[in-house]
Amino acid sequence: MSYLPYALAIWIFVVALYGIVTSRNLVHIAVCVSVAQSATYVLLLAVGFRNRATAPIFSDIPTHSRVVDPVVQALTLTDVVVSVAVGALLLAFAVKSFERTGSLDPTMIAELHG
Amino acid sequence: MRDRPRTILFGISAVGLVLLLGWGTAGLPSFGHYAGPYGDLIAQLSKPQRHVANAVTATVFDYRGFDTLGEELIMVAAAAATAMLLRDVRESSTHGPVDAVRSEAVTMIGALAAIATFVLALQVIAHGFLTPGGGFQGGVVLSAAVALVFATMEYGAFHRVTREGIVEPLEGGGAFAFAGFGLLSLALGLAFLQNFLPHGTFGRLTSGGSLSLVNWSSGIAVAGACVVLYGEYLQEAMTARHPRRGSR
Repeated sequence: MSYLPYALAIWIFVVALYGIVTSRNLVHIAVCVSVAQSATYVLLLAVGFRNRATAPIFSDIPTHSRVVDPVVQALTLTDVVVSVAVGALLLAFAVKSFERTGSLDPTMIAELHG
Repeated sequence: MRDRPRTILFGISAVGLVLLLGWGTAGLPSFGHYAGPYGDLIAQLSKPQRHVANAVTATVFDYRGFDTLGEELIMVAAAAATAMLLRDVRESSTHGPVDAVRSEAVTMIGALAAIATFVLALQVIAHGFLTPGGGFQGGVVLSAAVALVFATMEYGAFHRVTREGIVEPLEGGGAFAFAGFGLLSLALGLAFLQNFLPHGTFGRLTSGGSLSLVNWSSGIAVAGACVVLYGEYLQEAMTARHPRRGSR
C-alpha cells in the first residue's frame, strides 16, 4: 500500500498554486502554471502504473504480458506537447503586457485597458 | 488585494484543497495496483484489432483519436494566437537581421547534427506504431532540427524557412489532414477516424492502416506549431537585440 506518488502530485500542484498566488512576475506565473500542469502528469502516470509490468509496446513481448495502462500515457503524451504551446501563449501575453505597461508585476498592472 | 491577507486566504483554502484532494486520492487503488479494465482491454486489443504494436500510439490516434484532435486544435490555436500577439508591432520588419555563427567548425557540426536530427525525427514518426515514438514526439524532434539551423548557422537561414509561408501551411495542413481523415472515415460510412485502409502485415512500416496517415499528419502539425513558436520568439529576441535594423 503506497500513496506517496499521489501525495507528490498534490504537493506539486499546491506548491505551484502558492507560486501563482504570491507571484510578482508574469513570467514566474507562466512557469508556475506549467509546474501545476506537471502535477497532472505525475498523477496520471501514477494511476496507470502497475508493479512488475512493462511498457505497453508489443513489438517483442507476448500480447498477454503484464503492462502498464496505455490510456493515461497517451493522455500525458498529448498534454505535454499541448502545454508547450499554451506556455508559449502565456509568455506572449507577458511580453505584450510588458510592452504596454512597462512592468511584469501583476500588482502594478492594476487597471485594465480595454 | 494586499499580500498578507491574500497569503492567509490562500493558506486557508490550500488546506481545504489538500484535504479534498487527499480524500479523493485515498479512494484510488494503491500505487502499483492498477485495476481498471479500460487500459487492459486496449493493451490486449491493439495488436489483434489494429496490427499496431505500440498501444499508446493506438490509443492516441485510434481509440481516443477524437480526443487527440481536440488537443491538436488547442495546440494549433495557441501557436496561432502567439504568432498574432507577437507580430502586430513588428509588421514592417520582414527582413530580419542576419546573425551568423562565425565559427566554421560549429556550422559544420551543426549541419551534420541538423541532418541527423531530421532523419531521427522521420524515423520516430514513421515507426510510431511499432516502437516508442509517434507523431507528437517525432514532431518535436523535427522542430529541433530546424532550431539547430538557427543555433549553429545563421538567423537568416532560419528566418527564410519560417517566414516565407512554408511552416504555417504545414502546421494548419497537418491539423486539417487529421480532421480530414476523420471526415473521410465518416464519408465512407464508418465511425469518425475509424480505419479505412488494409491493416497490413504486423511489424511492417506499412501496417496500421489509416492510423499511420493520422500519425504523420499530427507529426507535421506538431513540428509546424513548434517551429512557428521558435520563429516568433527568435524574431522578438532579434528585434530587441538589433533595434535599428529590426525596425527599419
